Amino acid sequence: MSHKQVGAPPGESAVDWCLYQLNGAAEFEVSEADIISTVEFNHTGELLATGDKGGRVVIFQREPESKNEPYNQGEYNVYSTFQSHEPEFDYLKSLEIEEKINKIKWLPQQNAAHSLLSTNDKTIKLWKITERDKRPEGYNLKDEEGKLKDLSTVTSLQVPVLKPMDLMVEVTPRRIFANGHTYHVNSISVNSDCETYMSADDLRINLWHLAITDRSFNIVDIKPANMEDLTEVITASEFHPHHCNLFVYSSSKGSLRLCDMRASALCDKHSKLYEEPEDPSNRSFFSEIISSVSDVKFSHSGRYMLTRDYLTVKVWDLNMETKPVETYQVHDYLRSKLCSLYENDCIFDKFECAWNGSDSVIMTGAYNNFFRMFDRNTKRDVTLEASRESSKPRAILKPRRVCVGGKRRKDDISVDSLDFTKKILHTAWHPTENIIAIAATNNLYIFQDKVNSEMH
Amino acid sequence: MFLTPVVPHRPFYNLDTMFVRGLKRKCFDGEEDIEGTLAGIKAIPSYNLQRQSLLDMSLVKLQLCHMLVEPNLCRSVLIANTVRQIQEEMTQDGTWQMINTQSTGQASLDRLVSTDILCRSSREQAEGKHVPGYGTFSKDFEGDQAQDSSETMSTASSVQAPRNLQSDVWEMENPQENKGNFQKSLDQIFETLENKSPNSVEDLFSEVDNSYYDLDTMLTGMMSNTKMGHCDGLETFSSPTTTTSNSNCKSDLNELDHIVEILVES
Repeated sequence: MSHKQVGAPPGESAVDWCLYQLNGAAEFEVSEADIISTVEFNHTGELLATGDKGGRVVIFQREPESKNEPYNQGEYNVYSTFQSHEPEFDYLKSLEIEEKINKIKWLPQQNAAHSLLSTNDKTIKLWKITERDKRPEGYNLKDEEGKLKDLSTVTSLQVPVLKPMDLMVEVTPRRIFANGHTYHVNSISVNSDCETYMSADDLRINLWHLAITDRSFNIVDIKPANMEDLTEVITASEFHPHHCNLFVYSSSKGSLRLCDMRASALCDKHSKLYEEPEDPSNRSFFSEIISSVSDVKFSHSGRYMLTRDYLTVKVWDLNMETKPVETYQVHDYLRSKLCSLYENDCIFDKFECAWNGSDSVIMTGAYNNFFRMFDRNTKRDVTLEASRESSKPRAILKPRRVCVGGKRRKDDISVDSLDFTKKILHTAWHPTENIIAIAATNNLYIFQDKVNSEMH
Repeated sequence: MFLTPVVPHRPFYNLDTMFVRGLKRKCFDGEEDIEGTLAGIKAIPSYNLQRQSLLDMSLVKLQLCHMLVEPNLCRSVLIANTVRQIQEEMTQDGTWQMINTQSTGQASLDRLVSTDILCRSSREQAEGKHVPGYGTFSKDFEGDQAQDSSETMSTASSVQAPRNLQSDVWEMENPQENKGNFQKSLDQIFETLENKSPNSVEDLFSEVDNSYYDLDTMLTGMMSNTKMGHCDGLETFSSPTTTTSNSNCKSDLNELDHIVEILVES
């Protein structure tokens, strides 16, 4: 099965992925605070934001194409770094609130400034990113450093002019949406109306207005009257990309609920429930755990939803509630290892998933720094690796294979040799081009389609 | 609503098929292969052992997960559901009845309590003290409960126990009560540490009789939580409330500095 067919538009040449750049310290220098916890492209793909466990956000900006420097085309350089969240202590519960950035979502750009929402377990913040590349010079009363001039030296009147200066990127917190959540926030999603957004924790979903921080509407509440009856939690949620009244949320039991905010103020009653009946032949004590949905993403078209559970990714058609239209095995060879993975807690790892710009290819991470891509049209899939050893700059990534016994080819890796501490949980795909960002512990890998990168 | 029942429709799993398929060879990966239907029948005790081991592991995970930082609710719910599934299957099997007939309701509560032996000092274990740390259920049973706990390390819990355990694990709604419970848990941890000023997590557990539990399992359950270093901060936070006769002045001063540091940074 040739990997080259994955991602290629019909009739065109195949996609070859190659490492474009790698940011981050070598692995022996890793501190826990540097571990990347979220990755997100903005709506044009010009900016790429990452959040880490230490509460910092780093924004990369893509260099504009220019004929003068053909080899620097499309490189993502650090644009800004700021501390988004700090660790806090909840005195009432005697517990720490981690500063880890769980999610970043960009707002659609409405003026020269960029805005993004970042959230930790409890507090969501709206940040405004502005550029300053000019400054006024030639004040009458003040000198260059801002000190008042001796008035006797002022003999003529001048008009201050704007002179160019070195680019300065300023990031300011514009809103802080605090005290909205009792439980841990797992997702945020900006509405297509660009005025509201939602934040979801384990048991509740709140709707906020971007300009109002002192109140929010609770639109979903699945907390039972008696906490002893709790058997299901919310794991992820997202607004529909085009219909501002629709949103979906996933649960730890593997179901999806599509809700319509026009139906009622409290959207506890779903409009549609998407659930696949479980396969009795595969039933085990771990069935429920591996069915828990760790991520849900609408396709760009808005017609499909992509979900990730522990062993598979599934594509759901909004019009069909009984089962997914497509199911792809990410690492089925782990099915016989579930007890060990339960013991070491890996079974609770939350992998994300992503669509490419045309909704033809889906991507998700796995263990051993592997990530997988599935072409929905050709039904071909590929496993690639994000590691320093196997990625020389501009060299085409070689597909990897996990062997489960039986015949073993050269360069295959056996299931027992997989490194479960090297997990690719966070991946992002450029909104329009074949550029992907992969977070491997503290390293950010950016891979591009070789054809793409050579064209510039 | 959407709370679907966990109970499987079939009363028993097809053990033969399971072993032939290798589905249940979970906790003993890498051990000798069990082949054939005949072997499947012979392996039934092994299945029970595995199931019991899974139950124990799950209970340990639930106990460990709310020691330091706020527990991951999703993980707790999934583990609790697993415990319930096992317990329901054991009830249908009849193996649950066997365990229950060995004790009264009160004693089985003690057995559940004894799973938090991990946080007790060895001194407390010897005295057989009733540990209130992990219990909103202790509140429920307060009126008619003897305050001694059995020395048995069995983790077989009463049918009620998972429910109580659940409410205990994620009932964050009553902060005062939980603060009290958590404070007591911290006191226990602190007391354990007082005895020998350990420097690592391993020392915390070294005095505990862990013959029943795999130490790796406990530590693995622990590893999923972040920031071992913060254990220091939380201990010192609770230290003023604990009266310890054998604490030395030097450690008190260091702890005081530590508390001030935390308060200032917060």
